[in-house]
Amino acid sequence: MTVRPGYYLRVLAVSMRTSLVTAMQYRADFLVQGAMSLLWTGLALFPLLVLYGDRDTVAGWDFAPALVVLGLFTLMRGVLEGAINPSLMAVIERIRTGAFDYTLLKPADAQFLVSTTRFAPWHVIDVLAGAGLVAYAFTRLGRAPGVAELAATLALLAAAIAVMYSLWILIVAAAFWVVRMDNLAFLLGAVFDAARWPIHVFKGAWRFVFTFIIPLALMTSYPAMALLGTLTVEAALACLGGAAAFFALARAVWLLAIRNYTSASS
Amino acid sequence: MPTMLRVGLAETIAYRAEMVVWILTTTMPLVMLALWSSVADEAPFRQYTQTDFVAYYLGALIVRNLTSNWVAWQLSEEIRLGTLSMRLLRPVHPFASFLATHLAALPLRALVVTPAIVILVLTEARAVLIDDAGRAGLLALSLAGAWLLTFGVFLAIGALAFFLEKSLALIEVYFGVFMLMSGYIIPLDLMPGWMRTTAEWLPFRYMLGAPVELLIGRYPDAAAAAPLVATQWAWALGMLGVAGLAWRAGVRRFEAYGA
Repeated sequence: MTVRPGYYLRVLAVSMRTSLVTAMQYRADFLVQGAMSLLWTGLALFPLLVLYGDRDTVAGWDFAPALVVLGLFTLMRGVLEGAINPSLMAVIERIRTGAFDYTLLKPADAQFLVSTTRFAPWHVIDVLAGAGLVAYAFTRLGRAPGVAELAATLALLAAAIAVMYSLWILIVAAAFWVVRMDNLAFLLGAVFDAARWPIHVFKGAWRFVFTFIIPLALMTSYPAMALLGTLTVEAALACLGGAAAFFALARAVWLLAIRNYTSASS
Repeated sequence: MPTMLRVGLAETIAYRAEMVVWILTTTMPLVMLALWSSVADEAPFRQYTQTDFVAYYLGALIVRNLTSNWVAWQLSEEIRLGTLSMRLLRPVHPFASFLATHLAALPLRALVVTPAIVILVLTEARAVLIDDAGRAGLLALSLAGAWLLTFGVFLAIGALAFFLEKSLALIEVYFGVFMLMSGYIIPLDLMPGWMRTTAEWLPFRYMLGAPVELLIGRYPDAAAAAPLVATQWAWALGMLGVAGLAWRAGVRRFEAYGA
């Protein structure tokens, strides 16, 4: 299939507009979502407040840097629940019912279509809350991140989103073989909860798992370190390379899975 | 009742994989354990040593999984779709049939948390656990009380679907408050004073924190722990009463829909 960027951009824009129009019909959800976002951010903040009320530093992290990690966690959770989860939950349902066949018939790449079917725009509140926490942490530090640090952070966050998305695509690909996958999606969300602390809090085997196997470190700790200016260039490049490799792997598995797809009815 | 329990057990076994994955999503105590054990690695945090934290959060993981149920989702779904009518036609009270289903899930739940229990007993965390018959008996009572209280709360929340369209959104709010006030994310001992007082007046700690505190020996003897368990049972019975009232009012409305 030839690559047609303009075409795909238009499809994406239409899909986003549809989601926005749908969301606008349930405006009360905006308030509910806002309240929930505040509640969950407060919940995540609470142990840190108790902890740093007594201690100055934990595993080499002071309060403000730990707050940056928590802010990025909140932001990334917003991205996950707003832009990645809704579409991919929908596709798992379609695979189960057999409606996925129609997606395959459409004249566009199936992975692109299933990844952009639905968005939950109200989760933008989580993203703003996360950014707010980061901004507050930097006012506590009394300085602002430099342009280079900001650019590195944005690149790492993009890599983190790619990794999160790739994990999801792997789960969806698994749904071609094992039909009931929707609660595995919740499992991924539950594991992601561990990304709220700096990676150095985890010891031994757990740190290895959360760095290399389920790369939670890449999702919050490394971008936070980049923003604080404590991440080495080599580590940042390794993250970007790893994310690209992971993305390619997920794509390869997806293509393999599609080839083996036999529809729900056959 | 034995037949209903058997049916419930068969259902649990049929959906075992799904349920095991659900249980595995309870990662929050482990996430908190990672943070606090790293903190206590250097020096004890107030009265909690690293071993205390390990015992507390493993205990929280076990209690949470043993006492949890999904009756709120089940009930609100059946009310919304109208399938509750089927249940109403049967000669047993729907509460009894819900009770049987969720009691029958207990063996599988116990099986899944066994690794956590083994770790708790085999590692040095064992040192902080209670070992006298009196407190162990109270712990068993307290676990039963926590189960009943959770069941009552979820029944009451589920019954809200009689009155509200989006009652499931409330569950999320409920969970937020529960996590904060029950000792799920942080032991009551470590909360700031005013918050601890609030938590002690609310029912949430009796659903999780109370049995865990009892387990890790926060009460010196059975006499000191008895008032805790008594209050817990009072909450549990009171909450079942509230659920019963909400149910009676709700069913009247439900029938008025012509379902």
